[in-house]
Amino acid sequence: MLNLANTSFRSHLLTGTGKFASPEQMRDAISASNSQIVTLALKRLNIKDTNQDPTLAYLQAMDITLLPNTAGAANAEEAIYAANLARELLQTPWLKLEIHPDQRYLLPDPVETLKAAETLVKEGFNVLPYCSADPVLCKRLEEAGCAAVMPLGAPIGSNRGLRTRDFLNIIVEQANVPVIVDAGIGSPSDACAAMELGADGVLVNTAIATARHPTDMAVAFAKAVECGRQAYLAGTASRQRHAVASSPFTTFLDTLE
Amino acid sequence: MTIANTLMRYQWDDVTLSLYGKTRADVQAALAKSALNWEDFLALISPAAEPCVATMAQRAQTLTRHRFGNTVSLFVPLYLSNLCANECTYCGFTMSNRIKRTRLNLEEIQREVQAIKAMGFDSVLLVTGEHETKAGMAYFEEVLPVITPHFSAVAMEVQPLSEQDYRQLKQWGVNTVLVYQETYHAARYGQYHLRGKKADFHWRLHTPERLGQAGINKIGLGALLGLSDWRTDSAFTALHLQLLQQQYWQSRFSVAFPRIRPCTGGGIAPVNAITDKQLVQLICAYRLFQPEVELTLSTRESSHFRDNVVPIAINTISAASQTQPGGYSAPTEALEQFATEDTRSVEDVIQAMQRQHLDPVWHDWLPGFG
Repeated sequence: MLNLANTSFRSHLLTGTGKFASPEQMRDAISASNSQIVTLALKRLNIKDTNQDPTLAYLQAMDITLLPNTAGAANAEEAIYAANLARELLQTPWLKLEIHPDQRYLLPDPVETLKAAETLVKEGFNVLPYCSADPVLCKRLEEAGCAAVMPLGAPIGSNRGLRTRDFLNIIVEQANVPVIVDAGIGSPSDACAAMELGADGVLVNTAIATARHPTDMAVAFAKAVECGRQAYLAGTASRQRHAVASSPFTTFLDTLE
Repeated sequence: MTIANTLMRYQWDDVTLSLYGKTRADVQAALAKSALNWEDFLALISPAAEPCVATMAQRAQTLTRHRFGNTVSLFVPLYLSNLCANECTYCGFTMSNRIKRTRLNLEEIQREVQAIKAMGFDSVLLVTGEHETKAGMAYFEEVLPVITPHFSAVAMEVQPLSEQDYRQLKQWGVNTVLVYQETYHAARYGQYHLRGKKADFHWRLHTPERLGQAGINKIGLGALLGLSDWRTDSAFTALHLQLLQQQYWQSRFSVAFPRIRPCTGGGIAPVNAITDKQLVQLICAYRLFQPEVELTLSTRESSHFRDNVVPIAINTISAASQTQPGGYSAPTEALEQFATEDTRSVEDVIQAMQRQHLDPVWHDWLPGFG
């Protein structure tokens, strides 16, 4: 179970709504993924008439928790504004906090993200911040009261996998809140690896939406995440550089007093 | 040193020579890279790359789908005025053309906004001729409040303004400003722009920097293809883009590829006219050079061309455009800036996109964001 803000979710796979070829394709892929938490960029929503938005209509008909995100916000002020708009329009305290002033790699701004997180937690949001794989920043976000931390595996949309693996290990080791690896997961094996190293969840969008067969890819991710989680819970054997005998030393040790 | 001054240290003739000297080996080397530099871009737009357009298109499409997904954003131009205080030999609005001049009043603008909203648009590009006194800041202050509340994204294509004015436009709800250099060839620029403030090449060339300083969210660049050698002009545009991105990393950038169109008064015959195939080459070269830049294709291009090129590398398109003030609520060809080629309805454009498995995006911005 993935526990976020006193809510339990069976699925450890979070998905997104962007980049699909049609709203119908999005619905089918999300449904096939068994994902229970789905993020949606507020900037893509018809905020003047949410009833006219086909994407939202499909999402609201599904048994999922909608996770509005603040993509497009360049600073804390804009993110807080977007968060409040999201809560008002969608009647939800859930929020994926995204602040990326960098327009080419869309890397998150650590200073503004922490500032916005502190305010939004006080305002009662369940804040899930997208952040750099910086262990200290993750502790600071945890102390600010975030419901989870969402460090990146690689630049968003890059499908480059777990380039930040060493730092993710430290974050997982130190965290007292769930760690959800967000951004950069390019294939089911990446998702599986993130879960094996102890992440509590992964968020995947581009790798599903831009696959040749998004629905099939969604199924593959669902399996990979489950597989990685099970392996982690089973206690993944540690890796060694050299071969290790199955029962070394025992004969010798038995002879010792 | 300003970016414009850095740009002008590159001699037009040197760039042209370098470009036309690129070999098939330079093209192959550029295609083998995952991150291209400006010299690689020159190779890709050179004559030596013409046999490789199919390969370029394939790579461009992969990069585009990857970065932007299966989506294309829609916008529509809203012409506010055709008053112009410039003499530009290629433009229908040029001062000496004896066409009916008009500037929309608040009621007319409201009618246009209603007509545009009824078509489904949520992103608008406001266009005027260049007229400081009659279509300047005072006019913008008056009309923007009746426009911006109706759209999530508002772009402007008006005369170059001061940094202070751009800050003010941002306050009034403008997110994007497009200022095309027309041509980066200073001497030839002078021959096309005979009178008016637009004749000041350097004021125009420094405009994107003023936009960056003012914190404008999206800055649009481009050359009007057909005024000079399209390859050299594109080489300068791409270099301008690269230098600006490095400095103004918080702004987004878009590039457009306007080709000279027939207009009232006849306009001019294009210099070294770019062919359709070369335009595809150019668009693909931009995508390979700058995978994150937004590429725009307007209704200047035919429906056949757009239907085939949009799926390769384009991110934003206009549809059902009118290029004269008042064109949506009371169309009359007499006032238009140039004749459009793709005259299909919005529904037809959308259907063509969906047949190509592309999702039309109407909303991609939040009013209140930068």
